[in-house]
Amino acid sequence: MVATPNDDTKDTAMSHTPRTPPLSAALGAFTDASSAPADSAADGAVPAADSNPDGLDLSLMKKKKKKVKKEEDGEAAEGEAAAGGDEAIDLSMKKKKKKKVTKEEDEFAKKLEALKLEGGEGAEAPADENVQDGDMDKGTGIWQHDETRTINYDPLLSRFFALLAQKNPDHASSGTRSYKIPPPQCLREGNKKTIFANLPEICKRMKRADEHVTAYLFAELGTSGSVAGSGQLVIKGRFQQKQIENVLRTYIIEYVTCKTCRSPNTELSKGENRLYFITCNSCGSRRSVQAIKTGFSAQVGKRRKMQQG
Amino acid sequence: MSGATEIQNLKSRDPFAEADEDSGQTTQTQEYIHIRIQQRNGRKTLTTVQGIPAKFDHKKILKVIKKEFACNGTIISDTESKGMGEVIQLQGDHRIKIRDFLVDNESGLGLDEKTIKIHGF
Repeated sequence: MVATPNDDTKDTAMSHTPRTPPLSAALGAFTDASSAPADSAADGAVPAADSNPDGLDLSLMKKKKKKVKKEEDGEAAEGEAAAGGDEAIDLSMKKKKKKKVTKEEDEFAKKLEALKLEGGEGAEAPADENVQDGDMDKGTGIWQHDETRTINYDPLLSRFFALLAQKNPDHASSGTRSYKIPPPQCLREGNKKTIFANLPEICKRMKRADEHVTAYLFAELGTSGSVAGSGQLVIKGRFQQKQIENVLRTYIIEYVTCKTCRSPNTELSKGENRLYFITCNSCGSRRSVQAIKTGFSAQVGKRRKMQQG
Repeated sequence: MSGATEIQNLKSRDPFAEADEDSGQTTQTQEYIHIRIQQRNGRKTLTTVQGIPAKFDHKKILKVIKKEFACNGTIISDTESKGMGEVIQLQGDHRIKIRDFLVDNESGLGLDEKTIKIHGF
């Protein structure tokens, strides 16, 4: 309930200024009040200067307002202050709010109701109520601390997700962001061998042992190969970057991402009896994965002839 | 609303369904049908199909496939494949076609797609 003085100024700005001056002036006053509540003198001067041309309009509105208040509470002091000028409104309201916040709430609600009844004159205020806008970070509009209006479902829902994303940045990022690894670099060595240059980098990114990834690559591609200097992998056979990429993708699905929460933040460890387990670092789930099996591979090339002959 | 779409995402992710799949995987490991590809010299490739259930006649299957895919192929016997069961070996890349054939109910074997694993690039 103890609202900061900052909030109070915003409250006044919302409850009073939008009704009285034309929209542009009101907006100016609103932004001024929210940005610099301390120098309300300067902020008061701006709307006053703006609203001079339609001074008549202003005064009429204020009189009506005065009536409303008198009917309800008979708060003469505030009414007079309202008649005095924008500057005075801000200041007086500020002081009063600090003193009796609880009463002010009821008053505000009543004022709003009265405005609803009067309809035509307070066209801006009801619209404001239906639209239900306001900055939830700054705590203005419907997000004010002492706001009594019921907030619609949609703004509440968007607020929930905004807060969720704000408080758990990593959670939100894992949901939306796709897991990225650098594209594999493939070079051709001679005519029959492919060099997979950035394997160590990719393995580091996936937090997997080089050997495990190589074993998977060889098993899937049905070939063999060797590790050259500086961690490069030499694969027998011609492979394009796209093909290696596809295999890496299946590897990530099978051995990197957590099946429960889909987070790539996992660890592969050897369990008790020759089984490999993936432990998820973000949700804590643990599951076993199949060992890499080479399966059947036909003998290709000269070796076959030698075997038989 | 962005919030609404995110909620739908949450709904579509059913942890229990995936868990079921997982347990299914672990029990059916033996029954997987592996379709692999192997590079030969040049642009030539081999497709090997391992693990077709014994209730089917492999020779007949091969005969049909050879005609349908217009390719040659052999059956590699259990002894030759070093204990990996009978393997159908086809010339050329027929991975997608053979998958469709295995799954097809009318002109194929009508197997469950989940038991088939395609390897390779």
